[in-house]
Amino acid sequence: MIQHRGLWIFIVLLAVAAGVLFTMPVKPVVLWTDALVYVLVVTLAAFFSYVRSKPHLLAPWQQVLRRPLAVAALVVLSAYVVVGLLDSVHFRPPLPQQGEYKGEDKTVHYSVEVLSLLDIVLTPLRNTVERSYSSPLATHLYSKELQQQADGSRVRDYARLKYGGAHLVNPQADYAADIAQRSVNALLQAAVAWAVLVLLWSVFLARRARKKLADFLRDVARGKTALPWRVIFVCVGALLLMITVIIELGLPYHLLGTDKVGNDVLYLSLKSIRTGLVIGTLTTLVMLPFAVLLGIMAGHYRGWIDDVIQYIYTTLNSIPGVLLIAAAILSVDLYIANNPGLFETVVERADLRLLFLCLILGITSWTGLCRLLRGETLKLRELDYIQAATAFGMSNNKIITRHILPNVMHIVLIAVVLDFSGLVLAEAVLSYIGVGVDPSMISWGNMINSARLEMAREPVVWWSLLAALGFMFFLVLAANLFSDAVRDAFDPRTGRGIH
Amino acid sequence: MLAYIVRRILYALPILIGVNLLTFWLFFIVNSPDEMARMQLGQKRVTPEAIEKWKQERGYDKALFYNTQAEGGAAFTNTIFFEKSVRLFVFDFGSADDGRDIGYDIRQRMMPSLALAIPVFTVGLLVYITFALIIAFFRATYVDYLGVVLAVALMSISTLFYIIGGQFVVSKLLHLVPISGYDGGLAAIKFLVLPVLVGIIGGVGASTRFYRTIFLEEMSKDYVRTARAKGMAERVVLFKHVLKNAMIPILTGVVIAIPLLFMGSLITESFFGIPGLGSYTIDAIRAQDFGIVRSMVFLGSVLYILGLLLTDLSYTLVDPRVRLS
Repeated sequence: MIQHRGLWIFIVLLAVAAGVLFTMPVKPVVLWTDALVYVLVVTLAAFFSYVRSKPHLLAPWQQVLRRPLAVAALVVLSAYVVVGLLDSVHFRPPLPQQGEYKGEDKTVHYSVEVLSLLDIVLTPLRNTVERSYSSPLATHLYSKELQQQADGSRVRDYARLKYGGAHLVNPQADYAADIAQRSVNALLQAAVAWAVLVLLWSVFLARRARKKLADFLRDVARGKTALPWRVIFVCVGALLLMITVIIELGLPYHLLGTDKVGNDVLYLSLKSIRTGLVIGTLTTLVMLPFAVLLGIMAGHYRGWIDDVIQYIYTTLNSIPGVLLIAAAILSVDLYIANNPGLFETVVERADLRLLFLCLILGITSWTGLCRLLRGETLKLRELDYIQAATAFGMSNNKIITRHILPNVMHIVLIAVVLDFSGLVLAEAVLSYIGVGVDPSMISWGNMINSARLEMAREPVVWWSLLAALGFMFFLVLAANLFSDAVRDAFDPRTGRGIH
Repeated sequence: MLAYIVRRILYALPILIGVNLLTFWLFFIVNSPDEMARMQLGQKRVTPEAIEKWKQERGYDKALFYNTQAEGGAAFTNTIFFEKSVRLFVFDFGSADDGRDIGYDIRQRMMPSLALAIPVFTVGLLVYITFALIIAFFRATYVDYLGVVLAVALMSISTLFYIIGGQFVVSKLLHLVPISGYDGGLAAIKFLVLPVLVGIIGGVGASTRFYRTIFLEEMSKDYVRTARAKGMAERVVLFKHVLKNAMIPILTGVVIAIPLLFMGSLITESFFGIPGLGSYTIDAIRAQDFGIVRSMVFLGSVLYILGLLLTDLSYTLVDPRVRLS
């Protein structure tokens, strides 16, 4: 048990967090995807806790962590994951009690608006809703509108924003100085925070490595540590800088502008992270059991079982993926449209559609992995040790779980990691076609979709498109770089010879 | 050879039947025609008469599988399943919600789709293989490293960015080609240049990296070492020996995509307003025209199975070691 200490601490922390949430004066809402995200987190924690205890399983992961690019990608991915997890704890805040009923009616009514922890963290961004488009860091609206002057006359002019740059008395004169001042502030704050963090972290690491702090810092600076700490510190520094920039510039202004109805684009981009992550991970989670079970069964039992399974996946594969998704989502739409009473809130409805999207994407994407596993199992079952196990009369179940499954796990892992980035990109395309996530759900796909009309405007509204694409790009790039490292470390074919 | 092809086509039948049953299940069992009608006509205040009329116009008012009112063979033929699904096998697609003949529309829209898909496919293949060869030639140097990182970065960018960005820069800022539209004959070229370019650039990252691994795998084989040991120049080894042998996995890999070129590309066609099968499909999905979606699903699976067959045949053509049995 002792080697799983980390896991137990983690589970206790989760339980405490859940307990705190349930005692707060809010109504917790566990969406379907939330529940699956929690399952995924616990599974991953258990998996890595198990890996840590087995040196032969740990070795390839250590190889991954020795690659600077992979570690940088991992830091970026973790930042995304933290945002996504914060956004996966939902609740409904209580409504303020009506004045005249106060005292008599003790029942608390809850808002129909479902919030997440991330919404609470980003409250200043969420509530500063302007009237319409405004460009990044603007103080005025993006288009002219009629305004009432003090003397009663009306002029067409750019209106001041309600929140963006509202602290400036005279925007024309003070704007540049204010932006410069705040940028310098952000830089300084980030530098101080970074220095403190790196120093504390290094003290801890140096003590664990039984080295002098100065020696350790020199090793880090030269990039001579086992883990590429230099890269980690640089990435953490970049993240800190982003946080301070958001605090200094994102709160008084709209750092990435506002969209058509005046929502802060930075807020929308951050909220989209969860949608992207859920599609990238849950899809694989739902398809994995089918792919693994059917693939291994087809390869191990052969005969008619193999024929049936091959028939199933060839049939599914022969339907163009987008069309199958479209057909299924249209059906789900019909179901939702005909059963409007099933969902208490818009968020719950959108969530169900997201879950179905994951299911359908899973159904269209498990076939490739299934075929790979079938082929590998066919190869494995001819090997001596499995022949011996069969000769000793070991049961099929035991052969599969003891001998075959552990030896195909690297294929599963590589497939999972490789699929992720493709799924995140697919979300945008599907939302554009109209068979992606619910239009009410904040996602990069929906942001890009609405940007289509914005690009046709004169002058062009470019910021929400670029924000969505940028956030998506860094997530996918990090995932691609990380999955490359994972593949190189786990695939015996590419491990040697080629690289 | 002929016997093999015939047998493969017979194997394809159960798969097509499976596809058909699956789409039938999705469109008629999961959601009954009544529900479809209600959604199409609007949720509120829809009269039963309106639903009946809607169903009758589209032929959805019959029994699903077995018509108890009809006699003899008509009990099976005068049903939704026969009318809508079985007829697909003879490529009788029926008519769309707006009354147009789907089969006619598909034939009309095939050409624009091909006019876009074939250049993207052929020129793209040439470009990707050239890039991959260059990177493989400089393997384990900074060129290789930078090339791979660049490829990964390019493949991390959404296709939508290439399309929107291309339209914005080339059409809107530089006014080089129209933003979208299509024309018959040679006049189509000016509409096709940008989509073809965008299509090629969109695939450059993933494909270059993929072909690079194929080349590198080929270069680690024994015959390459022998060729080098004989004192051949690296250039000769790469272009004469490796390229030829790497063509086997490359060709057999791309053959499966050739029949599917007919289906067109969904996103590009719709963004550039090209009246091909891709935009046809998207419009159908948006208008929730199930007849068209079902026809395209069927067509797509037929083409996919054709691709599988061609792949197997191409093995025997390019690699004499492979025999069909």
